[in-house]
Amino acid sequence: MFKGTLAAREARLAFFMLAPTFIIVFAIVLFPVVANFWISFKSVGLADLRAPQPIVRERVQETPEVAGDTLSVRYQMRNSSQDVTVSNITLRDTLAPGLTLTTPDERCTITADTLNCNLGEWEGGYRENLDLTFTTTQAYFDAGAPDPATTNVTINGSAPNVLTNLSFTFENFRRVFSSSDFWPTLRVSLWYTLFGTLGSIILGLFAAQLLDAEFWGRGVLRGLFLFPYVAPVIAVAFTWAFLLDPLSGSLNALGQDFGIINEGINFLGQRNLSYSVLGLSFNIPLALSTVILFEAWRYFPFAFLFILARFQAIPQDMYEAADVDGASSFQKFWFITLPQLVGILSTLFLLRFIWTFNKFDDIFLLTGGAAGTKTLTVQVYDQAFALSDLGSGAAVAVVLFVILAIFMVIYFKFAPEGD
Amino acid sequence: MTTQAQSLNTNSSTTGFIAAALIGAAATILAVSVQSVIITIIGGLNANIPVLWSAIIGATIGVAIAARRNDRDTSAMTVLTITIIATLIWLLIDRMSVLTTSSNNIFWRYISAFITLAGASFLTRYGLRDLSLNDVNRSITETLVLRMLRASGYVFFLSIVIFPFYFMVASSFKKRAELLQNPTDLSINFFQNWSDLFIGYREVLFTFDFLRYIGNSTFIAIATVLITLVLSVLGAYAVTRLNFPGREVLSRSILLIYMFPAIVLVIPLYAVFTQLGLRDTLPGLLIVYPATTIPVALYMLRSYFQTLPKDLEEAGMIDGCTRLGVIWRITLPLSVPALASVGLYVFMIAWNEFLFAFMFLDTPAIFTLSRGMVGLNSQEVPRQFLMAGAVIVTLPIMLIFFWFEKYLVGGLTAGGVKG
Repeated sequence: MFKGTLAAREARLAFFMLAPTFIIVFAIVLFPVVANFWISFKSVGLADLRAPQPIVRERVQETPEVAGDTLSVRYQMRNSSQDVTVSNITLRDTLAPGLTLTTPDERCTITADTLNCNLGEWEGGYRENLDLTFTTTQAYFDAGAPDPATTNVTINGSAPNVLTNLSFTFENFRRVFSSSDFWPTLRVSLWYTLFGTLGSIILGLFAAQLLDAEFWGRGVLRGLFLFPYVAPVIAVAFTWAFLLDPLSGSLNALGQDFGIINEGINFLGQRNLSYSVLGLSFNIPLALSTVILFEAWRYFPFAFLFILARFQAIPQDMYEAADVDGASSFQKFWFITLPQLVGILSTLFLLRFIWTFNKFDDIFLLTGGAAGTKTLTVQVYDQAFALSDLGSGAAVAVVLFVILAIFMVIYFKFAPEGD
Repeated sequence: MTTQAQSLNTNSSTTGFIAAALIGAAATILAVSVQSVIITIIGGLNANIPVLWSAIIGATIGVAIAARRNDRDTSAMTVLTITIIATLIWLLIDRMSVLTTSSNNIFWRYISAFITLAGASFLTRYGLRDLSLNDVNRSITETLVLRMLRASGYVFFLSIVIFPFYFMVASSFKKRAELLQNPTDLSINFFQNWSDLFIGYREVLFTFDFLRYIGNSTFIAIATVLITLVLSVLGAYAVTRLNFPGREVLSRSILLIYMFPAIVLVIPLYAVFTQLGLRDTLPGLLIVYPATTIPVALYMLRSYFQTLPKDLEEAGMIDGCTRLGVIWRITLPLSVPALASVGLYVFMIAWNEFLFAFMFLDTPAIFTLSRGMVGLNSQEVPRQFLMAGAVIVTLPIMLIFFWFEKYLVGGLTAGGVKG
């Protein structure tokens, strides 16, 4: 019993210590994923996020000169939304003293210098001019004949929240799947992910091979090799875009100087590059290959670090035994090193595959998804923010998430039991 | 043993000399290529790669080094002598304008030729070291090829890692006209008016308000680190030391969060934050950033806490410390290296973050550096300024990284899941 309460206390403490993490992760990660599914079934545009509301402008039509003259005020009112109904609209204004309403409106009442109007419900695009005329008395002029437009007029109404209402639609998904864009986008995503992942791992493997020896300056080299990964993506993406510029880019100019290419190549802006060798012509998806190379360049340090760490854990006596048997370097790599690396390489592959599939910044900053480089992630952005259609963007995100979930299941099936 | 080998009084055969000549040629072509590119880029001169002449001189060097071998190695003094002779020959040919560097600068003409050929000679010596040239069998050929590949590998990786960053720095000092006129000239002329030289930085820092953005980025990154550390230390401690139902499931699912794509979260967060009025604010970002970093930080710290001995903590408990007291007085002081790793890793993520900053921030006064960079990427702003901005974003993270490389490597390796 005593042990039980102790255990309960410990569990309570644990939950207390984990609570902030739970709350923040639920609010910012798990809830949005669910909300994303929700939004994908709704018709929501970027503009709908600003809640519809009634808007009023007050204007003086007729200004009185002496007591007994007429003061006429016009309230120009409209619904800010073109298609959403706003209800429970109330208008409230403070009136100057010494005014008598001569055009009573059954919706409005005046109590102690305050004008109150219950305007009911307006559908989308509704406009109305509310004209009120008053007869002035001396009291109005005694108060200094204040301009009615200077008093604060307020108008309130309630509109359904686009996000929380219960109207749903399949339109977003229908649009996503029927769009001619969808399958090419998915294909580009998968190519980009596959080759970007493979590229970064292969480069990382070579880099790790190079640094898997003790020599002077190795620490500095290791630091340098990590540069592409550590630098902010926005800086390196813009640098590469500038470097690869067909007109003033240094890489094109260098290629021309050394006679490797004949004319400037628009690496990031050209969809295809025809290339013929021995009478066979190939079509290389140029911009896509370039962003894949960028991906491989930027993330090879990540693979490099892990492979290097694994290299250093391979027992040296295996190599010594192989030396005794007269194995060549290739044989040693093939029969000793590679089998030892299978675990880390497959983990790296799955991990990087998932992360590359999720990647948005790199392509967005390099090409913006132009020239055949549009991946699903860029498509999410395009739909939701460039075309201002949050619903469709969310629908693409759902598709992306479902595919990702499949990869994750695979990952957790194959990942070594982590402790 | 062939008769030639004995008559030359060395331990090399004809095939050995051929191999040495090939290695010398390859090494020299590599060294001369590097030299040509460096002359073009840093010297701002037009250089070509004289492949044939490099091969001929290289082959000669190779044969000379092989001939002067003593116990399967050539002494450094001998290699130096060979270099000097080769340099003289090179200059003789150069005066006959075969290897043109269009410069009268003594450095580029003589010193760089010497350095290049010294590089080639020592590389050749390294290639042939400890190998029997008597009997060039398959294994020796393989080793020779591998050594040359290795050397090319260092050149390749160093260039892809250094060149883009050098380009970034160099073009931040160059006016548009200079770059358009000669895009391969990436020399930085420090002997000009410094206020001209640094105009890009001055404009970006003051006119484009990057000074303020540096402050914002620093604030956001440090605040994210602090929030993340506090919450993840509590969470990681609970997960490692306390017993509670669901502990195993939780342990395994922490990393899952790390694989959720930001682009799926961005639409709902954008929508909800807009309605809550959190979107265009720094507190908004300070909710999102820790949410993305806490899971990985918790995972890294958990791995570390597991390596700490329990006895000390138990002793602390017996002496009357509370749990929080134990964490504060015992666990944290023991975890300083791990905290540094995690903190740096989180700092890097927060400093480099682009997507949420880009989506959320509209008010220039609260821009982070990544968000501010977007404004520089326009037709109206010279590329020089864009690159100066890129340097400003990159430099702090690089300095921190180099300073604390050891910790950050630890953080990166732990952050990417052990395999």
